[in-house]
Amino acid sequence: MPYHIGARRAVMKSLLQSVRSNVREASTRNKCSWAGLGWPASQNAMERRYSMTSTSFLSARRYLGSQVDHPKRQQQTEAHEKDFLHFPGAKTTFTFSLEYIKEISEDPVPCYRLLNDHGDPIDGAELPEIEQSLGVKMYETMAILQTMDNLYYEAQRQGRISFYVTSIGEEAINVASAAALSSDDLIFPQYREQGVLLWRGFTLKDFASQCFANDEDSGKGRQMPVHYGSKKLNYITVSSTVGTQLPHAVGAAYSLKMAKEEACTVAYFGDGGTSEGDFHAAMNFASVLEVPVLFICRNNGWAISTPASDQYRSDGVVVKGQAYGIRSFRVDGNDTLAMYSCVQAARKMAIEESRPILIEALTYRIGHHTTSDDSSKYRSITEMERWKSLRDPVIRFRKWLEGNAWWDEVAERRLRATARNEVITTMVRAEILKKPPLSDLFKDVYDSVPVHLQEQEAYVRSTVTRHPKDHPSDVPL
Amino acid sequence: MAFFARASPSQAIRRLKDQSQFLNRLLCSCGWQNRSIATAVDDAKASVHSSVESGGKKRINLCSAINDALYIALDSDPRSYVFGEDVGFGGVFRCTTGLADTFGKHRVFNTPLCEQGIVGFGIGLAAMGNRAVAEIQFADYIFPAFDQIVNEAAKFRYRSGNLFNCGGLTIRTPYGAVGHGALYHSQSPEAYFCHVPGLKVVIPRSPTQAKGLLLAAIRDPNPVIFFEPKWLYRLSVEDVPEGDYTLPLSQAEVIREGGDITLVGWGAQLAIMEEACVEASKEGISCELIDLRTLLPWDKEIVEASVNKTGRLLVSHEAPITGGFGAEIAASITERCFLRLESPVARVCGLDTPFPLVFEPFYMPTKNKILDAIKASVNF
Repeated sequence: MPYHIGARRAVMKSLLQSVRSNVREASTRNKCSWAGLGWPASQNAMERRYSMTSTSFLSARRYLGSQVDHPKRQQQTEAHEKDFLHFPGAKTTFTFSLEYIKEISEDPVPCYRLLNDHGDPIDGAELPEIEQSLGVKMYETMAILQTMDNLYYEAQRQGRISFYVTSIGEEAINVASAAALSSDDLIFPQYREQGVLLWRGFTLKDFASQCFANDEDSGKGRQMPVHYGSKKLNYITVSSTVGTQLPHAVGAAYSLKMAKEEACTVAYFGDGGTSEGDFHAAMNFASVLEVPVLFICRNNGWAISTPASDQYRSDGVVVKGQAYGIRSFRVDGNDTLAMYSCVQAARKMAIEESRPILIEALTYRIGHHTTSDDSSKYRSITEMERWKSLRDPVIRFRKWLEGNAWWDEVAERRLRATARNEVITTMVRAEILKKPPLSDLFKDVYDSVPVHLQEQEAYVRSTVTRHPKDHPSDVPL
Repeated sequence: MAFFARASPSQAIRRLKDQSQFLNRLLCSCGWQNRSIATAVDDAKASVHSSVESGGKKRINLCSAINDALYIALDSDPRSYVFGEDVGFGGVFRCTTGLADTFGKHRVFNTPLCEQGIVGFGIGLAAMGNRAVAEIQFADYIFPAFDQIVNEAAKFRYRSGNLFNCGGLTIRTPYGAVGHGALYHSQSPEAYFCHVPGLKVVIPRSPTQAKGLLLAAIRDPNPVIFFEPKWLYRLSVEDVPEGDYTLPLSQAEVIREGGDITLVGWGAQLAIMEEACVEASKEGISCELIDLRTLLPWDKEIVEASVNKTGRLLVSHEAPITGGFGAEIAASITERCFLRLESPVARVCGLDTPFPLVFEPFYMPTKNKILDAIKASVNF
């Protein structure tokens, strides 16, 4: 055997022994109080740092000693043990009958709603305090969102943009949640939350610049349409990957907690996303680290063509919260007032108690998954029409506004005409602008352009010079 | 018992003078030449005596050097955090010992056992302007976090047009063979990450290098994966400068000068390559040994300059040969030095098998495999 292999084995053996003893120490330490088990007070920080192999400061004997030192506690513990079983993983009672937890409750978790399908307040429901100006602004934003989605969908069909995602049917979740948040709250979106951005002030020009990937796109033309982001509006740039933003929201929330800021992070995702590992990772991390984050699940029943029945067998998503020790709400996502009220309450809890909250907003994806999808292939047109005509969140909220005499047909026609005009104008302008310059291809891979990318840029430029027709003419060199 | 050749003091001084006026380079070279490798039995002693100071330097092992760097990172920036599985009690390799006691359980803490969660959490923390130092307990277990690293951390800046970045993220993870780690405690997965624009990949060879490079990685405004040679955690002991210092990323280092053949490696494998260089010199072959230190983006120029001098190149790593980073170096240097090469670029690497427990001595790119390849190259 070569010499170094033998040496490695010897070293690893000693290392593993050290690891094992350390793990034993740690488990011992976890069982008892931290008090009195720290480093000797006389030892300074420098010594501590380099006394790695010292094992005398923690030992099983010491643990036993702390028990003996406290006879009162010992008595209490014995008394408790008549009723409780103490395992390191759980404190529990015992039973002699072989019982199991039912896979699903016979009574599904009820769904919080304040308005019925006709936009009338439900008897006895306590409505949130919403002033006329706020109510109208929420409605206007929902209507503009709807108009924008419809026109961009058409633009994609005409081949003017490559791709689009509508939020049709989910306008209330988008706008009501945004309205209930503070602009300091940091959004970690999936890709069907453009209404949150619209609420925060992302302009129709901003949307157009991104979708047409022109030189006014703050993302520098690198991503497919609908991958918006805004530093100014605390909206983290969209990634196509599903659910990956959820652990990020937890890490960012930890930062807010450490900085003692009065803000939370908000992660949006769909029902399909709850099957991803990142969902479970994020929920568990958020619970254990006690961070102010809202997990808002838009449960629209469809993950592209996969129905919820092929996605999970639980009572929706809301019940998954308790398994992670997370307080959870189920709300009618097509009820603007309920959504607003729920997010407002959840935000308060998250920040004041530094805890994660899960909100399952039940809804229906009236549009296709994306422009690359034809959902009539896997779900009935009748179903889609029924939701569109009977459960549309925008119509429902409009009826409530009209019931308050805050809105009428004249205002509606004016708003729709203006919105349509503005969307088309910004779209036409965005379409003819130049693309971002070629140098943007190489920027932002790192904070500065490294040597190998400088070489590759020179190579691409020389290729373009030799073969100009191979390359788009609207990208400035 | 030392199985690395120790240079005599006069040789060492001469070499130091010859090599560089740059302090960093000088320190590294000095550390390497003077390094004696303790046995496992000596290991505990080395650790206990690690606080013995000697003129601005301290004799410590690689594990303590990592601990030292983390201490400085936490001490010098209140917005820095260290976390991962078992990190709170000091980590299974003891690299984070004492840090939670000094800096508190909010800055140095355990996470649930979930690598994608650790990295994803770290990305979010870093995106808020913090320095997030995440530990993945073994490099073999980094793969659940692969999506977070490749699709999220690496692309966070680019996809947002530089609106956002997670440059404060550093992922530390122990890698490599140790003698009996078998399939899942031995792997060297660096090549996967070298295929990802937006990441930096760094691997130190010694305590001095580990401290300086880790501090540089933590402070670099890009996400960095920092692979730690766990074989050397206790084994590699040298005089490490006290206090705060960094070593440059993306700069390779010539750690042994020679004229007949260039050897390129990184991390723990350099120790084996050094042995081969010593053996080769007994047979009159003068080897130049380069520590790449940063694999992405890597320092082509220094390797190119060396190969233009020697006319021959050998690359060695523990990871399987096919698709290993050695292939990238071989291709790049062939492109740049084709007419100067006097023999094919040699690769002495791990085999294309999973990491095999009892067969490890067959699998490994050993000293004699390297020596054979050196001779074959020189006699080609």
